[in-house]
Amino acid sequence: MVGAPWGCSNGNVSNEDARRARGAPVGRRVVLGMLGLGAAGVAVGTSLQRGVNSALAPVGQIGNVLPGAGDGFRYYSVVGGVPRRTAADYKLTVGGLVRQPQTFTMADLAALPQTRLTRDFQCVTGWRVPEVMWAGVALPDLLDVVGVSGAARAVRFTSFDGVYTESLTLEQARRRDVLVASEMLGGPVTHDHGGPVRLFVAPMYGYKSLKWLGGIELTDKVITGYWERRGYDVDAWVGRSNGRDDAPT
Amino acid sequence: MPLRDRRTEGMLERFSQAERWIHHVTALLMLVCLVTAALLYVPALSAAVGRRDLIKPLHVYAGFALPVPVLLGLLSRAFRADLSRFNRFDPADWEWLQRRDRRDVAYPKDGDGLPRGVVPIGKFNPGQKLNAAFTMGAILVMLGTGAILTFPDPWPDRWRTGATFMHDWLFLIILVVTLGHLWYAARDPGALGGLLTGRVDRAWAARHHPGWLDEHERAGEIASGNTPETPPKRHPENPDNPLKTRPNRS
Repeated sequence: MVGAPWGCSNGNVSNEDARRARGAPVGRRVVLGMLGLGAAGVAVGTSLQRGVNSALAPVGQIGNVLPGAGDGFRYYSVVGGVPRRTAADYKLTVGGLVRQPQTFTMADLAALPQTRLTRDFQCVTGWRVPEVMWAGVALPDLLDVVGVSGAARAVRFTSFDGVYTESLTLEQARRRDVLVASEMLGGPVTHDHGGPVRLFVAPMYGYKSLKWLGGIELTDKVITGYWERRGYDVDAWVGRSNGRDDAPT
Repeated sequence: MPLRDRRTEGMLERFSQAERWIHHVTALLMLVCLVTAALLYVPALSAAVGRRDLIKPLHVYAGFALPVPVLLGLLSRAFRADLSRFNRFDPADWEWLQRRDRRDVAYPKDGDGLPRGVVPIGKFNPGQKLNAAFTMGAILVMLGTGAILTFPDPWPDRWRTGATFMHDWLFLIILVVTLGHLWYAARDPGALGGLLTGRVDRAWAARHHPGWLDEHERAGEIASGNTPETPPKRHPENPDNPLKTRPNRS
């Protein structure tokens, strides 16, 4: 009896008429049908989601209610609330193993050479936003301003959310597709996207692109970041880490 | 409205204690899943609450626990019997689905006896059956896609994105169906009482599940031992009820 949850548990009913009177096993068909649909959805969901995104794209505020709609980004934060910084009161401190520790305002950052990039944004949880426009100061340009000391081997980033941290090796930090970004999606970086200034590490998974960038510190070794202490790969190359094989961004 | 007069005497056992536990634990886990899902997934809510490090594990544990009460419930004979009832659509179920007056009741002409639903629906109506089957299927699909998302390593990227897609959109459907389930429950104190205490009164059963009431009466399982045709009198169960030997339709 235990093996037949959807079967008959009444030993009295055995002949054919009674079996018919019991009726069709609609419940079992619904469950099996849903399992089939579920499997089909997993198989073709990638293209369906793309269709859904473009169908919903014109429907303005729906991105606040439906995931993956709107601009395609999903909001992740590890804290309950993040203090808001405006462009006027924003400050970025750069210190550690540098010749000249310095604090940058938005105006200071805007006065440095600006780099523009259009690249996909790939999250380690699977979602991807194609062809996001980014603009800001390339990290190597900023490092040149403060002067990296010979002992430095890595860079540590801290978020003004008070909790989140990230890391790069110095070699990774010198790539020209790593930005201290003040613009994304064709406008200033909004608070929910990590503004007014965030990191964008183009070749790596999204958790490297720290939001609400508050501090940059040069260190003599890699100090692992928030998610890296929770099992994520430290070198987060898209398609070559975290057991994933996404197309490179 | 259940009638509060002498005709309502005699309660029917609708759900065993094991069945009520299965329901309540499943309901609690489902609520945890839905609330944490909304916090993780609805952009406006996740922007307001954050705390992904806390809410995500809560969601994952509740999700993996969700099928456990039902699986343990298979040890209960009453639960297995009800699963079988949920599964089968008998002729009355098809009639109920087709009739626009499916919720109507007929009042007995002689003024005695209980108002009865016009379709001889058994213990569960087709809406309840479909809801149960949908919920079962949904739990399994969410379990499968959720497992892919929780342990993504062995799966190709296309599947993971597909699993995200299924998990996202099925969530919205489950939310709607569950709210509908709560809506119907909230409007029916008799049904709510049945789930909380395990018992319903005969007037409720006659109105909503007349076929089930008849089964009970034939089986002589009602404490008062009355049939709907005769007004109940205060006397103990009649062990010599001649109808007792008729086969149970379930």
